[in-house]
Amino acid sequence: MDMGSLLHQFIQQMINGISLGSIYALIALGYTMIYGIIKLINFAHGDIYMVGAYLGFIATTYLGFGFLPAIIFAMLGAGLAGIIIERVAYRPMRNAPRIAILITAIGVSFFLEYTMMLIASPQPRTFPAIFEATVYHLGPLVVNSQQILILVSALVLMVALSYIVNKTKAGMAMRAVSFDADAAQLMGINVDKTISLTFALGSALAAAGGVLVGIYYNSIDPLMGMMPGMKAFIAAVLGGIGIIPGAMAGGLILGVVEALVSGFISSTFRDAASFAILILILLYKPTGLLGKNVREKV
Amino acid sequence: MNKQRKNDLLALGACVLIYAIFEVLIQLEIIGPFWELNMVLICINIILASSLNMINGYTGQFSIGHAGFLAVGAYVGAIFTVKLGLPFPVAIIAGTIAAGFLGFLIGLPTLRLNGDYLAIATLGLGEIIRICILNIDYVGGASGFMGIPRLTSFTNIFWIMIVILFFIKNFKNSAHGRACLAIRENEIAADTMGIDTTKYKVMAFTLGAAFAGTAGVMFSHYFYIAHPASFTFMRSFDILTMVVLGGLGSMTGSITGAIVLTFISAYLAEFPEWRMIVYSLTMIVLMLRRPQGLFGSAELSAQMFKGLTKRIGGVKIGK
Repeated sequence: MDMGSLLHQFIQQMINGISLGSIYALIALGYTMIYGIIKLINFAHGDIYMVGAYLGFIATTYLGFGFLPAIIFAMLGAGLAGIIIERVAYRPMRNAPRIAILITAIGVSFFLEYTMMLIASPQPRTFPAIFEATVYHLGPLVVNSQQILILVSALVLMVALSYIVNKTKAGMAMRAVSFDADAAQLMGINVDKTISLTFALGSALAAAGGVLVGIYYNSIDPLMGMMPGMKAFIAAVLGGIGIIPGAMAGGLILGVVEALVSGFISSTFRDAASFAILILILLYKPTGLLGKNVREKV
Repeated sequence: MNKQRKNDLLALGACVLIYAIFEVLIQLEIIGPFWELNMVLICINIILASSLNMINGYTGQFSIGHAGFLAVGAYVGAIFTVKLGLPFPVAIIAGTIAAGFLGFLIGLPTLRLNGDYLAIATLGLGEIIRICILNIDYVGGASGFMGIPRLTSFTNIFWIMIVILFFIKNFKNSAHGRACLAIRENEIAADTMGIDTTKYKVMAFTLGAAFAGTAGVMFSHYFYIAHPASFTFMRSFDILTMVVLGGLGSMTGSITGAIVLTFISAYLAEFPEWRMIVYSLTMIVLMLRRPQGLFGSAELSAQMFKGLTKRIGGVKIGK
């Protein structure tokens, strides 16, 4: 391969990686927000994304919604699911040992996956094509309309999230609770409500990711959330867990690395590459790329 | 004869008795092939659960990638018997050592992490092991390693299980085991008291991984095949459920958990979705209602029974 075509392939894989990465970033945002506020790795988050994809499927196939109403429907439904899960499974455990909550989260994750399997059958469903896939040729590079759609939707959602977190009262409450829940409570912030809101927002973002993936790959199944869920977690850790811009950056980096690995080495090693990133980052900079070191007090 | 030795002998006697009863039932064909398979599976699961219990229960490190070591044992054992034509005992030892060595290599860097991070790292490593196996054509790649002879029988798996349980029980009561328990209770305090925490964490992790390897060799030599799909995160979760159900830190708890859950999955074999729903609900409800598991970190013993009823004969395995 000469230098020219190598470069083309590199840029092409970058484009693919950025669209995949913005989906990871959407899911990673929820992980990071939930971790930031209650220090829980919400294993079920990837499955919320799956639930979101199924809600989008119901909205488009059975209710005949277009893209925008479908994605809003999925986000509302998944947000509600997130609130219910937090209320039923996590809130009673708030003072329990970390391991106990982690096990509960794994339990919730499997519960969602297999309940969905029971309801919707394990067979993959075909996601209806809402958009005519147009392929644009920019010289030798290929970009399709779905990739643009993913990128634009992800950007809009991230801007909206940044606005909510940084400029609104609810966002300020979220930041206060994640900084120090007890002190926030003393200042008159309703901690329970704030945590519910965080779950709702995080789950809604994951659901949006689910719908976008459904449109991109045209296929959804009950176990689809497993791998992206773990990948998004890796993205969150990579950027520094608990830090919102970190999750966005981590998601994009991870997506690009995966695309490059599958383009230049082999797609079978794609997953192994992301886990290797996770382990390296945990070993050398456990606070993540944007994280700061905090000393543990005895 | 001191008390411990006497108890050990009693336990050994009980084991011989249990073994004799089941072997007779199998020989008389009262226990058919389906339940014989499940009894072998119970023995394998007991080894897996009690080895994971060494890491998660005694030492308090949260590992959820146990299936990776099971896979290493299964494949290395199969390479030794099928590809190299060596006898079964050599394969068992090789599988054990290979998984233990890998556990050592992985444990050394990752055990510096704690809590959630360690959990995710071990999960990732378990998946990496599986993906690597998937890409090695020498062992069959994605279609699995086929043509493994059935060399595991109820007799050899039962006695290997007993030896491992005896080892784990003595490990817990040894100075090393006490050091591990101290790390579980408070790592910083243990460190201050002069316990080399890294050494003991890696030791527990290596031993746990090695026994998972033994279970792997037995597993692949009973089911004729080692397939990457048998060693996913789901499998690790199965083992974790057994340990947590019985109570983290209780060996008899792990044994009970393994037996109960193997029976449940045998009954629910025809409804795989229900099986996982039952598993996951068990986990959630258990964590909400009784986070310490059935036995907590206590051991089921003759004493415990005496409290309940006046007298029940026999001593449980491992006590």
